[in-house]
Amino acid sequence: MKIKKFFYSQKAAPYVFVIPFILSFLFFWVYPLCSTIVMSFQDIGPATSEWIGFKNYSKLLRDPTFRTAIANSFEYMLGTLILLIPFPMLFAVLMDSRLVKAKGFWKACLYLPALTSVVISGTLFRLMFSEYPTGQMNVITSALGLGTFKWLKMKSTGLGALLVTACWRWTGVNMLYFLSGLKGIDTALYESAEIDGANSWQKFRYVTIPLIKPTTIYVLTISVYAGLAMFMESFMLWAGPASPNNIGLTIVGYLYNRGIQKNDLGYGSAIGLVLLVIALIINIVQLVANGTFKKEER
Amino acid sequence: MADSIGKKMGMSAKNRLLSVIATAWFAILAIIIIFPVFAGLLASFRPGTELIRKGLSIDLDVSTMTLNNYIYLFSGNADSQKYFMWFRNSLFLTAVSVVGTLIVCYIVAYGLSMYEYPLKNFLFFLVIATMMVPFEILILPLYKEMITLKLIDTTAGVVLPGVCGASTVFFFRQYMIGLPKELLDAGRIDGATEYGICFKIMLPITKPAFAAMSILCAMGAWNNVLWPMLVYRNASKFTLPIGLNTLLTPYGNNYDVLIAGSMFGILPVFIVFLCFQRYFIEGMTAGAVKG
Repeated sequence: MKIKKFFYSQKAAPYVFVIPFILSFLFFWVYPLCSTIVMSFQDIGPATSEWIGFKNYSKLLRDPTFRTAIANSFEYMLGTLILLIPFPMLFAVLMDSRLVKAKGFWKACLYLPALTSVVISGTLFRLMFSEYPTGQMNVITSALGLGTFKWLKMKSTGLGALLVTACWRWTGVNMLYFLSGLKGIDTALYESAEIDGANSWQKFRYVTIPLIKPTTIYVLTISVYAGLAMFMESFMLWAGPASPNNIGLTIVGYLYNRGIQKNDLGYGSAIGLVLLVIALIINIVQLVANGTFKKEER
Repeated sequence: MADSIGKKMGMSAKNRLLSVIATAWFAILAIIIIFPVFAGLLASFRPGTELIRKGLSIDLDVSTMTLNNYIYLFSGNADSQKYFMWFRNSLFLTAVSVVGTLIVCYIVAYGLSMYEYPLKNFLFFLVIATMMVPFEILILPLYKEMITLKLIDTTAGVVLPGVCGASTVFFFRQYMIGLPKELLDAGRIDGATEYGICFKIMLPITKPAFAAMSILCAMGAWNNVLWPMLVYRNASKFTLPIGLNTLLTPYGNNYDVLIAGSMFGILPVFIVFLCFQRYFIEGMTAGAVKG
């Protein structure tokens, strides 16, 4: 049999091996992506769908709720960038130094939150940010003389609660990313910097930061995506997709609300594609600014 | 080497002080991190109604603690049966997605690393390209697709869209690029087919990559919520996170099961973590090392 012989040939084998990827790529990536693009130009009813051009998008531009969602997602993303990149990096540098004892134990402790599902962590933080004076956060703030707050009913404290939850879950993980990046730095560089009379800060500034850049770019990229696409954290803190005055509404939350709950697939698709465009633009700008593409050309 | 010199010379008093401060800093950080779980653990020994009335906070009063929530959870009554149904569903989903994902990703990564052929780099570029689109954007069209394919309420519907996960393929490929290609030729000389080489010769030496990835995939599947929540509509299919989420109502009539069940639900992952800590960190940071 010719076909059988071809199937077993060294030429055909790699293509056979990658068939699962090609199928999954076509069925679960290309098709849904195209279908969501098409749907975003349609008004999708229960039985029929009608082509309406850019109407979903023009409606989105004038939709104040969508603007709230975008603002919330951006604020959350920026908050995670500020809190979850520099601090984990510093912790990693400290952890990597000879000063810290029992490293393995601390690493395991800091990694613990990553083991919990967002449902469990969200439940714990929802209950700790309870508005009762006996909730943990109110116990802390009143001990500090700041009084008690209705955490999940105000915009600023709501965002704060989301960021606290995010920091709890990801500080350890990001620290481990930076630690693995630090492992790749040749210690001889630090020694020669020392011979040149560099102090600890100079070593950090001129050796660690430039050499850890690939890790920083990686963490930055995943943080931008995860921040903009955040939904479940807010879903858990407010026990559902709705929150008072939409203080916890994110872009994906709005997509879920319109697309799944109200079954408006056209409008939901338009929301998703706006998110995709935003995410891609930020990432391309960020990668160009960091010179990632230049490096690949060399 | 630097370490041994430091020891020989003996740490200066200043360094010793710095060492205490640095270690203490991580101790504080660890306490803050463990705090919510510890508070949850303490609360799981008290009636759930307290959580509704008071919220969650550290309460070390041992005298008010009981095992009632856990007794209830294991009592075999309707709530308990429901909980363990979720637990079983989660175990099943985790097992299916780990086995499926690992086999598929191994095969694909093998095809992307062991041969030289014209489309190789282009295909790998496509793998990377899929990472540029957040999964959340695809939930609507995928959900519609699952309805069309009649995969709603099936495990296949939950597992298939992620079965060829880009990051898992990436990790396997990264690992396999480092393996000696001479093994393939040796296999060919011995008369093994291309597929025989893949499964009988190369698979056993890829075991460490399997270990790291199986743990990461298992944790992902066990904790996954958003997509399973959309696909599993029928309450009898709910996994543990979906089920626990249904208990988080404003009325809180089931907070006993919620808090005790949440704590008990962390346990399997925690035990696996204690046994295979090394693989967790290896698998997780693999993408970042050579990004």
